[in-house]
Amino acid sequence: MLKKLALASAISALALSISGGAEAQTPRVGGTIRFTAPYGSSFANLDIHTSNRAQDEIYAKAIHRSLYNWDSEGNKPVLDLAKSVDISADGLVYTYKLRDDAFFHHGRKLNADDIIWTFTRLMDGAKAYPGARSVRLIKGAVEVEKGQAKTISGLKKIDDSTLAITFTEKAEPGYFFMNAITSIYPADEAVKESFLTKPIGLGPFKFVEYVPGSRIVAERFDKFYKPGKPYADKVVVLIMGEASARDVAFRNKEIDVSILGPAQYMAYKADPELSKGILEVAEVYTRLGGFNLNFKPFTDKRVRQAINHAIDSDLIIKRLSKDKAYRATGYLPLTSPAYDKSMKAFAYDPEKAKKLLAEAGYPDGFEFEWTATANESWGIQIVEAVIPMLEKVGIKAKIKPVEGTVLGEVVRKGDFQAFAWSLSSGPDPQQALKCFHSSTPVSACNYYGFKNAEVDKLLDEAGKADDPAKKIDSLKKVNAIVYDEAPMWFFNYNKAVMAYQPWIKGLQANATELAIQNYEDMWVEASSPAAK
Amino acid sequence: MLSYLVRRILQTVPIILAVAFLVFVMFSVIPGTFAASLSDDGRAIVDVTVVERMNKEFGLNDPLYVRFGKYVGQLAQFDLGMSFRTRQPVTKVLADRMWPTLQLSFAAMLFAIAIGVPLGFIAAMRSGSFVDTISMVVAVSGLSLPKFWLGLLLMYLFALVLGWLPSFGYGDGSLRYLILPSIALGVAPMALLARTTRAAVLDIMNADFVRTARAKGMSESRVVRWHLTRNALVLILTTVGLQFGTVIGQAVVVEKLFSWPGIGSLLVDSVTLRDIPVVQGAILAIVLFFLFVNTLVDVLCAVIDPRIKYT
Repeated sequence: MLKKLALASAISALALSISGGAEAQTPRVGGTIRFTAPYGSSFANLDIHTSNRAQDEIYAKAIHRSLYNWDSEGNKPVLDLAKSVDISADGLVYTYKLRDDAFFHHGRKLNADDIIWTFTRLMDGAKAYPGARSVRLIKGAVEVEKGQAKTISGLKKIDDSTLAITFTEKAEPGYFFMNAITSIYPADEAVKESFLTKPIGLGPFKFVEYVPGSRIVAERFDKFYKPGKPYADKVVVLIMGEASARDVAFRNKEIDVSILGPAQYMAYKADPELSKGILEVAEVYTRLGGFNLNFKPFTDKRVRQAINHAIDSDLIIKRLSKDKAYRATGYLPLTSPAYDKSMKAFAYDPEKAKKLLAEAGYPDGFEFEWTATANESWGIQIVEAVIPMLEKVGIKAKIKPVEGTVLGEVVRKGDFQAFAWSLSSGPDPQQALKCFHSSTPVSACNYYGFKNAEVDKLLDEAGKADDPAKKIDSLKKVNAIVYDEAPMWFFNYNKAVMAYQPWIKGLQANATELAIQNYEDMWVEASSPAAK
Repeated sequence: MLSYLVRRILQTVPIILAVAFLVFVMFSVIPGTFAASLSDDGRAIVDVTVVERMNKEFGLNDPLYVRFGKYVGQLAQFDLGMSFRTRQPVTKVLADRMWPTLQLSFAAMLFAIAIGVPLGFIAAMRSGSFVDTISMVVAVSGLSLPKFWLGLLLMYLFALVLGWLPSFGYGDGSLRYLILPSIALGVAPMALLARTTRAAVLDIMNADFVRTARAKGMSESRVVRWHLTRNALVLILTTVGLQFGTVIGQAVVVEKLFSWPGIGSLLVDSVTLRDIPVVQGAILAIVLFFLFVNTLVDVLCAVIDPRIKYT
């Protein structure tokens, strides 16, 4: 009898623990998400069309929505404001059936006019909206930009909830229309002056308050189109640019998440409690040392390969990046759909580097100038570690320090011998690799002045391919050629790390930018200090 | 008095013009533009057309003398231009951030005066004693502590260890959010005030008129109140005025650390992103505040010490 009782109580205890576990995973409604915006000490403004910075997109995800959204789990863009899309046989006309349950925060339903108005606004030739780069993919957008037309011919309203978009080339539009810079605005409200201080969007949270330099507060929008979401009552996005202050605030339970740098990553990993709440993802950023292929020694592929062999990248990742990075084995990052797992990193082999240099006619090495910023993950600190390694094979590198703002300008002008940067290498592999097409100017993103006929051919083929597998195959080949041609020192892919409190659930491993989250999928457990 | 004030205000005009010119020239010659800053996080490729259009929209393609002419013309109409980043008038951008900076600066100075002046007085009155030594050690330490480090220390102690105060942010602007940043900012002026007060009081204590007052049988409290305090106040007040201006400038570090939404953090962001109209506006605002406080101090000194004339 006693044995039976003990067994029964053990079973009920197990059942309780299982149900407790299940309860823990059941989203809880209510509470406040206390998110942090870690990239600076303010937002640009409340017109998200004017800024392409990650810092601004962090708050925008609460308030606004675009035609597409990034699906972190599927690692691809997915339709968001449309229920379905029909693609024409030539792959250029997309007919979207818009959601009939998407409402703006002022209560009006989304219609095709809102999208047309938004995209036309972005092409205003007198302004400089960063989203114009995406909308330019639509037929007739450039004419509006140049002032030759008032409407974009490639946008056709079929009825209130149906919109046909004609594109100029075959490309996955999801990559172009998923970011906040193409957020859909309500045509009737966005023209008003008040919109710039009280933005209205289609997002899961309604704008409540903005304290410039401090925070943005948004509250749950009950008519959000995803049933039952958002779970939280409120989102507060706190501006916290200073990593050490963020660390104290996180440990003090004043914030729910924090983006970690290399030093903090080590400390958090070593802490038995903090290490339980760490989210890591290989972001679509490639850290590299770009070579100017018009600069004499770098014109020779063997010299570029020699540099890749001369640098012990693994050692730098371990010692300086504190393992907060993944070794680069090509330009495309680990999370890219065209990433080739079979590719191997350049081996650290100074002897081979010397041999390659001798073959290239530089047995005694050469000198060059390396333009770098103070960034701890890919800037001067890293270059300083590389210099002695290069000296071992006879190459002398001299650092040319510049500010972050200046780096972009210098590189776009091709005014460098080598540069150190972290560049977005995704999520769209086609767009990322297009930077290596010979028709792409240095001022766009072919900073190296890369030219390769085979790469051009494969990229053109990929652009025309209807079969996704064939396209990926072509892109993998491009990636392999670029790697072999070595227009850069392939350093690493960023391992983005977010620390989160035990009560915060539903975070997504967003490879495009970990700090950008769909807040509607997150919830706050009762143990949070902001649970009420 | 009125003519003195008018003269002081007129004297500020060339100063403001000189500052405006210097800031304008400095930010016109250093490399980097707002458009270029949009791609500095490597996240997005900024379209060349967009860059060109932005430069045109913001008038950055115009020759330097044209831009300076426009700037001075706007300034004469009290127009600081439009922020490149927020696309709002600079005056509005500054107005949004002015109150938190003033709150922080006043709180820091209040802390500095409340602690520094009595500390200096006590040290002077008990010159050479243990109290004097300790207070001067505190003063020297306060001057040497880097604000960033001190701020982190305060956060760690009062927020993380003791749990008394929030570690960061503006919150609802209430006192509990103000305490830590104002102490971090106020420690250096507190230390300076303590040293200045001590030196001023010691100097006056040895003056002939104090000795005469005592010889005439005046009570010690009356000597302190009428002779020491009033005479020392002129120097203390001048130091307070100078420190007020310095505190506003030094708020940059503290505001960044504590995520305090003031002019200082705005200035850092604007310099980084080359939002030049805001940089110019913010620096002018700081200079104007400095000039205002110092004019006020001059007037107050003259009220306290009748020997000072409005000349």
